[in-house]
Amino acid sequence: MIETDALIIGAGPTGLFTAHQIKLIGLDCEIVDNLDKVGGQCIELYPDKPIYDIPAVPECTGEELTKNLINQLKPFDIKFHLGERVEEVKKDDVNWIVKTNNGKIFSTPNVIIAGGVGSFEPRKFPVKECEKFENKSVFYSVKDKKIFEGKTVAIFGGGDSALDWAVELSKNSKVNLIHRREEFRGAQATVDKVHLLAKEGKINLFTKYQMISVKGNGQLESIDIKNDHDEKKNIKADYALGFFGLIMQLGPIANWGLNLDKKTIEVDTEKFETNQKGIYAVGDICTYPGKLKLILSGFHEGALAARACFKLARPDEKYRFEFTTTSTSLLKRLGKKE
Amino acid sequence: MAKITYITSDAKVHEIEVQNGLTVMEGAVQNDIPGIDADCGGGMACATCHVYVQDDWYDKLSAKEDGEEDMLDMAFEPKKNSRLSCQLIVSDDLDGLVVNIPSKQS
Repeated sequence: MIETDALIIGAGPTGLFTAHQIKLIGLDCEIVDNLDKVGGQCIELYPDKPIYDIPAVPECTGEELTKNLINQLKPFDIKFHLGERVEEVKKDDVNWIVKTNNGKIFSTPNVIIAGGVGSFEPRKFPVKECEKFENKSVFYSVKDKKIFEGKTVAIFGGGDSALDWAVELSKNSKVNLIHRREEFRGAQATVDKVHLLAKEGKINLFTKYQMISVKGNGQLESIDIKNDHDEKKNIKADYALGFFGLIMQLGPIANWGLNLDKKTIEVDTEKFETNQKGIYAVGDICTYPGKLKLILSGFHEGALAARACFKLARPDEKYRFEFTTTSTSLLKRLGKKE
Repeated sequence: MAKITYITSDAKVHEIEVQNGLTVMEGAVQNDIPGIDADCGGGMACATCHVYVQDDWYDKLSAKEDGEEDMLDMAFEPKKNSRLSCQLIVSDDLDGLVVNIPSKQS
């Protein structure tokens, strides 16, 4: 069991800055995120898109913002648990006991949910029968490419993941690439490569087609696809791979006994605490009268939630507000003073 | 002001007067019409405000920006008449628009 003063769920910009504030006031914290990287929506949805409304930063991309926030955390030692989803939050006599899908258990007086719009999960095929084959012959990511050797693989999607895997798997497998329109949105070099391999007969290209059904007994055998003109085709396939990006799902958060308003968590505006003492919500996932879904609002909410954590983590001490420009203890924590 | 008709997948018809300047997505969200999630809040980054525009309206709408078609690749069961409702800005010209909401957004 890992003991910490505060556990932050979500490593997006709000979670990162909240961690900064917690460490600055002398508490410990650890961060869990379902993605395998830090940055949340900034890195997953718009790494290259410029943001123009971060105070004192006239323009920066989602990726740059994430890098700067990580840099700002450099003086501190923060443990990240990436690629893990928090499944359960329950109270024992004193603390919150938090369990992840990998079996990690945390004990903490403070849980800060900085979960954006929920955890990122792969978008699945609309065809319901695919569920029967999931993780056997239908996949949304590749963990072990060897299983595809010598097999027929149907890859669906038009972005970089679909194209990269079509190129890679065409070396040792029979590859069908199916996409709903003529244009691909991957890197031009990869798009060119796919067209070249298609010309050489190494990739079968089906553009303007989408999946309508899957057939097989235990193991996938074939897939029916259809185009805009209702022309159907049946293609043989041992495996199907879908690359439709990620979707955000509230997931287990809905089961933690928190007051929700649609997909957001209701909080007060003093501590950003939920209806459960010691559980806070900050950033896009929280709601209160006047809430703005801006990154700058998340920073403010995290700063206040961090101060609220102090009271529960150090019940016998008094929190003193200090400035980084003048406080010796803060400057020590920032590594600027011996 | 424009009257926008949202038809949910259970064939329920919701006729809403939406103010000019709002998006078709905002018109749905503000009036609690089910089936439009708009997870990213209108940033053309999630494809969960996907709608099917009725055929006679499709050509009258503003053209898709770069990126909208890319996001539609991710949408649940995209069709020829698919649009992201966060990209449709309401004006008097849209009075009478009819959109169908898919059975799911993800």
